[in-house]
Amino acid sequence: MTPGDTIFDIGSPGRRASAQYPAAGDVSDLPTSCLRTQPPGLPEVSELQAVRHYTNLSARNFSIDTQFYPLGSCTMKYNPRGAHRAASLPGFSNRHPLAPASASQGFLACLHDLQETLKQVTGMAAVSLTPMAGAQGEFAGVAMIRAWHDARGDAGRREILVPTAAHGTNPATAVMCGYQVREVAVAEDGDVDVAALKEALGERTAGIMLTNPSTCGVFERRIREIADAVHTAGGLLYYDGANLNAILGNVRPGDMGFDVLHMNLHKTFATPHGGGGPGSGPVGVAERLVPHLPTPFVVRDGDAYRWVEGDEMPGSIGRLSAFMGNAGILLRALAYARMLGREGMRRVAEYATLNANYLMARLADAGFELAYPERRASHEFIITFRNEAKTLGVTAMDFAKRLLDFGFHAPTTYFPLLVPECFLIEPTETETKAELDAFVDAMVRIRAEAEADPERVRTAPHTLPVSRLDDVKAARELDLTHVRSPT
Amino acid sequence: MLARIGVTSIDALFDEIEPALKTADFSEIDDGVDEMTMLAEMASRARRDETGPCFTGAGCYDHHIPAAVWDIAARGEFMTAYTPYQAEASQGTLQLIYEYQTMITALTALTVSNASVYDGGSALGEAVLMAVRANRRHPSMKTDGPRRVAVAGACHPHYVDAAATITRNQGIELVSTGTSGGRASLDALADMTGERAPVAVVVQQPNFFGLMEPVDEIADWASANGALVIAVVNPTSLAILRPPGEWGANGADIACGDGQPLGIPMASGGPSFGFMCTRESHVRQLPGRLVGRTVDRDNRPGFTLTLQAREQHIRRGKARSNICTNQGLLVTAATIYLAMMGPTGLARIATRCHERTRELLRTLVGIEGVATRFGGPFFHEQVIDVGQDADRVAGDLAARGIVGGLPLGRYFPELRDCLLVCATEKRTDDDIARFGDALEQVLHG
Amino acid sequence: MNDVTSDMPADIPDDVRYAPSHEWARLDDDLVTVGISDFAQQSLGDVVFVELPEVNDEVHAGSEACVVESVKAAADVYAPVSGTVVAVNDALEDAPETVNQDPYGDGWFFKVEPTDLDELDDLLDADSYGQHCESEGDED
Repeated sequence: MTPGDTIFDIGSPGRRASAQYPAAGDVSDLPTSCLRTQPPGLPEVSELQAVRHYTNLSARNFSIDTQFYPLGSCTMKYNPRGAHRAASLPGFSNRHPLAPASASQGFLACLHDLQETLKQVTGMAAVSLTPMAGAQGEFAGVAMIRAWHDARGDAGRREILVPTAAHGTNPATAVMCGYQVREVAVAEDGDVDVAALKEALGERTAGIMLTNPSTCGVFERRIREIADAVHTAGGLLYYDGANLNAILGNVRPGDMGFDVLHMNLHKTFATPHGGGGPGSGPVGVAERLVPHLPTPFVVRDGDAYRWVEGDEMPGSIGRLSAFMGNAGILLRALAYARMLGREGMRRVAEYATLNANYLMARLADAGFELAYPERRASHEFIITFRNEAKTLGVTAMDFAKRLLDFGFHAPTTYFPLLVPECFLIEPTETETKAELDAFVDAMVRIRAEAEADPERVRTAPHTLPVSRLDDVKAARELDLTHVRSPT
Repeated sequence: MLARIGVTSIDALFDEIEPALKTADFSEIDDGVDEMTMLAEMASRARRDETGPCFTGAGCYDHHIPAAVWDIAARGEFMTAYTPYQAEASQGTLQLIYEYQTMITALTALTVSNASVYDGGSALGEAVLMAVRANRRHPSMKTDGPRRVAVAGACHPHYVDAAATITRNQGIELVSTGTSGGRASLDALADMTGERAPVAVVVQQPNFFGLMEPVDEIADWASANGALVIAVVNPTSLAILRPPGEWGANGADIACGDGQPLGIPMASGGPSFGFMCTRESHVRQLPGRLVGRTVDRDNRPGFTLTLQAREQHIRRGKARSNICTNQGLLVTAATIYLAMMGPTGLARIATRCHERTRELLRTLVGIEGVATRFGGPFFHEQVIDVGQDADRVAGDLAARGIVGGLPLGRYFPELRDCLLVCATEKRTDDDIARFGDALEQVLHG
Repeated sequence: MNDVTSDMPADIPDDVRYAPSHEWARLDDDLVTVGISDFAQQSLGDVVFVELPEVNDEVHAGSEACVVESVKAAADVYAPVSGTVVAVNDALEDAPETVNQDPYGDGWFFKVEPTDLDELDDLLDADSYGQHCESEGDED
């Protein structure tokens, strides 16, 4: 294909995928004022043209199925095909979301099993599966914190504390829930600065949002002290489940003192990322927040399962989407959990941690600078290229782009913001030692190249369908849709 | 590997975690099983939920999905890729989203589309937040009172609930105009002036009951009264219905809805995707990802995420939204679907759905005691009154293998005896006859 | 900010006053013109958009007045003095790069009719602002 040729460029007027045309229906009873005067400008191609075009486009992607993808904080592990098959069974994929519960007992039983499993994994009292992504789970969690304070008439609490290392969704979520964000410093060792935290706590504190292990790739060691301090101040603790993979089957957020959490099933429970979604972000809560759970969720009455909707839950924060959430992702997560079982879950965290610590040790031995050299890695860790940037003029972004040429997806770059020129590297448990070693070899070669021929690295990638793209032109001269040239 | 790290056991890698946290009891989680066993368990549950023909719509529709759609969309290169932050390694996904943005703006007759959000309900929530940001000169923005957003007519109650959840904590109040004859009450809208003037007006077309709303009058009233217009639309219908960009004299400002009808299985309602389109002048208020075309350093065309400074990973607490998802995989399916359908194919589907629904209604109203509740033009859904508790009727139909419409009493007590029914292009004469026979038995057994 | 792209020393003219948040203010004929400093535009990198205030907006010293956006960052621009906006630089809509090319001239953002001219005295002069920039640079 010619690079940049869109599906619109390859079509021609009147061409069609005729196998997809049912007989037309009569719409003469509709008033013409309701009807469109010009047909929409959709592509006009044959079925083969469409199939070939999109198959060729797929080849212009990196993916877990084709490349090592050590994106920190994203948990890009293998997505078992069996889980995909299970969710695609006809009884599930053809089920209408509003089919009566009496005709949906198989599906409801699956959701109930998943709710129970997630309760046990996290140590929480109840789970609602309805949030459609991590950010929506965060929203639900913070909205529940607000509902709890409001229900107690404690309306003066208007601040949510967020560590400076936190992902941008945390402050964005707090603001969507009508809160002000107060940032808390992170200490030199990567843990939250507990003294600064205690200083920030007070009558205005509604709660704190924490990730543990944190986005610095380390376990927050004083978590129970933090929990006690926040609770004493009258606030609640929110657990961002972004890094749950690091402790799955070993340690539970509920035992650390968290009141509410979300999980990213598309990370920890291995459902595919799909090029940006779908995700799924169930929330779990301690007893006192149960009345505020988002609806709907599933309960078991005797032998039958049924939905709990808003009419039974006057304290609920409400509904988050048109139906019940990303059912297909929930079924995949259940299938994955069922195959892993208790021991398998424990091994997920152990092997993810082993792989991360091994890769960290090898990169340190090879001379790369660790952000937190005195610490164990959790399932991920940070290296910084601040020396390479200063002495060689080669940045973390340059290393990232050159890695693509070596067939590795780049790790997360420039996050967390407090470590300059950084990579956040998360190998996951599903990669082999050979793959990790090959990644280290590529990193070593790139640094040698950066010393001998820095321009080669600065202008990478060299082997992909396109070289570095002009972001400034993209933003200044917005071109967001294909405009057909006049014919 | 352990030796390289300098430890003798994996346990040692967890030595920064205090021992008291490592004693959790996971014994209630079962042992794992192999794939074959798992699939057998899941299949036995899935089989329990298999039904006969589906006549329920209400935001989720049983359309035919061409075989090629998921054969291509489920390729690992699409399904197991991450968000396309590394543009050079993601040209497939990025170009596809650019094509998607083009297709969805063609359907809505607006100029800008984002790369999608979660679903139709949450899209409406984001649209309401966006309208409030975009209409910052509205008089109510200078007061301490709530910012009112009017919901004109019969909008999907679940969409309104989701939007209320998402917007409630930002001082936004959704106010319904109520309905008359199943459509928006223009008189109630006309009363919303002065202190009650809305920042935006939401209208769904076709509406929740499947009926045509007077969208031109509503859009013109809104623009005369300083309110933005948010359209909630069904993408299949846009093959034949006048698009939001052409409503009234000025068109709608934001169009949103659910992309499920475009090649996505019903699958209990998710995942699907929400689409959002707007005018170019509001592009910076649009939440979510956007893909733009640009050039690379060798001047070749290429695609990249753009205007990212609006988003949470850069703007943090000042982002347009906390959203960091576009429903990439579902957008992939929908793009392939729309490419194969083209303008004529999609119009065939739309007209066929309308014709099938008319046929369904002819059959159902032939049953004693059954009547359509509302008159006037409809697209592919209608409300029928069955003269008995519709909740029970729907349960009895399900027992006969028919998913026979949505009982409306939960949402509208006065419609306790009513079912919202739908027929897509998939419903054959036999299916319709089966529904008719089953309903006859249930009502007059 | 991680992506400081230029090694050029920032230009700090002495005919304007500076806020620590990197806006400049120049008094001509009772009106105060506002823009961002050369140091600020270098730190941001290529400016792609400026979300200007509107004429007749009230602004308050130290409060957000508008937003300047580059590819990788969006920064709030704070009003250095309080008053009413009487003019905005519409030309930036089509040519945001002017902010990079001529930050103290054609790259101005808006003009304010100030309510309290004494507020100008609270701002930094060129020397103090230069020291302020140096100390921020050292933090990286």
